Amino acid sequence: MTKSFNPQSYEPGTHPDLPPPAITTGLIGWIKTNLFSSPLNTALTLISLWFLWQILPSSIHWLFTGAVWSAVDRKECWAMMDAPRDGACWAFIRGSLELFLYGWYPEPERWRVNLTFILFGAAVFGALRENIPGKKYWLMFAAVFPFLAAWLLFGGFGLEPVPTGKLGGILLTLVVAVTGISFSLPLGIALALGRRSRLPVLRAICVIFIEFIRGVPLITLLFVASTMLTYFLPPGSSFDLLMRVLIMVTLFAAAYIAEVVRGGLQGLSSGQYEAADALGLTYWQSHRLIILPQALKISIPGIVNTFIGSYKDSVLVLIIGMMDILGLGRARLNDPDWLGLAPELYIFISLFFFVSCFAMARYSLSLEKKLETGHQS
Amino acid sequence: MNQDSKNASKTEDSIISIHGMHKWFGDFHVLKNINLEVGRGERIVICGPSGSGKSTLIRCINRLEEHQQGDIVVEGTELTEDLKNIDIIRSEVGMVFQQFNLFPHLTVLENVTLAPIWVRKLPRAEAEEQAMSYLERVKIPEQASKYPGQLSGGQQQRVAIARSLCMNPRIMLFDEPTSALDPEMIKEVLDVMIELAESGMTMLVVTHEMGFATAVAHRVIFMDGGEIIEEQPPKAFFEDPQHDRTKLFLSQILHH
Repeated sequence: MTKSFNPQSYEPGTHPDLPPPAITTGLIGWIKTNLFSSPLNTALTLISLWFLWQILPSSIHWLFTGAVWSAVDRKECWAMMDAPRDGACWAFIRGSLELFLYGWYPEPERWRVNLTFILFGAAVFGALRENIPGKKYWLMFAAVFPFLAAWLLFGGFGLEPVPTGKLGGILLTLVVAVTGISFSLPLGIALALGRRSRLPVLRAICVIFIEFIRGVPLITLLFVASTMLTYFLPPGSSFDLLMRVLIMVTLFAAAYIAEVVRGGLQGLSSGQYEAADALGLTYWQSHRLIILPQALKISIPGIVNTFIGSYKDSVLVLIIGMMDILGLGRARLNDPDWLGLAPELYIFISLFFFVSCFAMARYSLSLEKKLETGHQS
Repeated sequence: MNQDSKNASKTEDSIISIHGMHKWFGDFHVLKNINLEVGRGERIVICGPSGSGKSTLIRCINRLEEHQQGDIVVEGTELTEDLKNIDIIRSEVGMVFQQFNLFPHLTVLENVTLAPIWVRKLPRAEAEEQAMSYLERVKIPEQASKYPGQLSGGQQQRVAIARSLCMNPRIMLFDEPTSALDPEMIKEVLDVMIELAESGMTMLVVTHEMGFATAVAHRVIFMDGGEIIEEQPPKAFFEDPQHDRTKLFLSQILHH
């Protein structure tokens, strides 16, 4: 009856699948839709390009082409440039790398730190990597790794004991961060389950714990750890400062993880709990097999967010006098040979944190994608 | 057949007996003085307007809901606070939900083998063999390695039925199994349920599929306001309802 708009017409039920219009695809299409779609967007694009033109050449010169990579002190650095401070003096970072990495860890024992780093890499790889043979053993290894690392780093049981005060720099940062991350997850899950428990006492304990820890700044907790904790412990018991800090950092992260996981638990439909119950699964079976795998999947962005936050918060330990990478770096700035090289230091530290945090973020994205099973809830 | 079922329900051999059962949600009296005997192999359809308590009633039978007064005895085990009794009863009573409630992070085969492996402690190979036979029975063995999110609603519901059957339950509860389905998929699920009925399974089905009720039910129970208003064999229920409330309900669902 009415003439179809489409020049071709098909019998009802025989219309083939056609490709989409071509204007929206390809590089030209992308540039058009994203950069020059309106006068305002065009203006913004041009302003941005002008801005990049202004800052890029001088940044590249300072960071790379005009930079000095090896020298014994800053004076030699300046001497090698067109003008002092014309480029970055990366020699400072290179010269301090060993200190930044190991702190004051005794030189003959540094193989233990290296071994710990290697085992750490293996544990992370084995725990995160899917489809590797013997996954179960890799996971078991990752679970015992923190204890193995503690033995390697601090000694005892046949190894030369190293006082915890000798730890510094990236080593200390990683010890604080990895401990916080790896112990806060199980503890946080336990707290989240406890907060939803039907037992009033357990629930109350978890709520009070979570709300107290969340209500107090981490710095305050660290001061508590460094000054007050000894009053609360039985008299005569001495408790290593690093150990106290690790406990505080872990508790702090666990409180946040607990709330993230609780969000995930509440995001599940009650039907999942009911179906598990109706099949006769016990509480622990249904949580292990049905509830937690799904709740944790929902919580991945929040969990990784908390991990990244607690990783970066680890620099706060410098406030109670511990020399993590930031504390040690700042102390190094006072070295007469390298006075005034703060930009190099902070760029290096930023890069260190950015690379590790970005890796965590990317991994969490790929994990989310992998766990996607086409379910819309 | 109707005569048989009446006898069955009156014998000592009832598989479910509910006496003077009451339930409240907060202040809301949702089930009032429920008395129900279900004979072994009996098939009961429960219908009624929404909010009448029909879903709550069958959810009390496997203790997804807790009743506050009266008693419920399933297969000789009384439902009490005792968690052990509850787990025993749940492993004997299968349930199919309106929203399927498959586990979306597990494949179809894993959904179906999970409870046999963890609750019945079957070896995995045996559980999988049994699972495949049930998936064949609900006519979707070829979907075993897919995830629930990749299946249609009707297929998901059939997987849910297979998942329950794998526990070899004595009783199957169906809570509006076809209400969330597109019209084209209702029949495939009802066919599976009819086949199950013919195998002699004890079934309690909350549904408004009156064709299904006529075809397989021994008794139809009509509920309203938390009470059992009327129970009749399907023929009598549809042709000669006794109560005005039942007549009104039937006139509303049958003539449009």
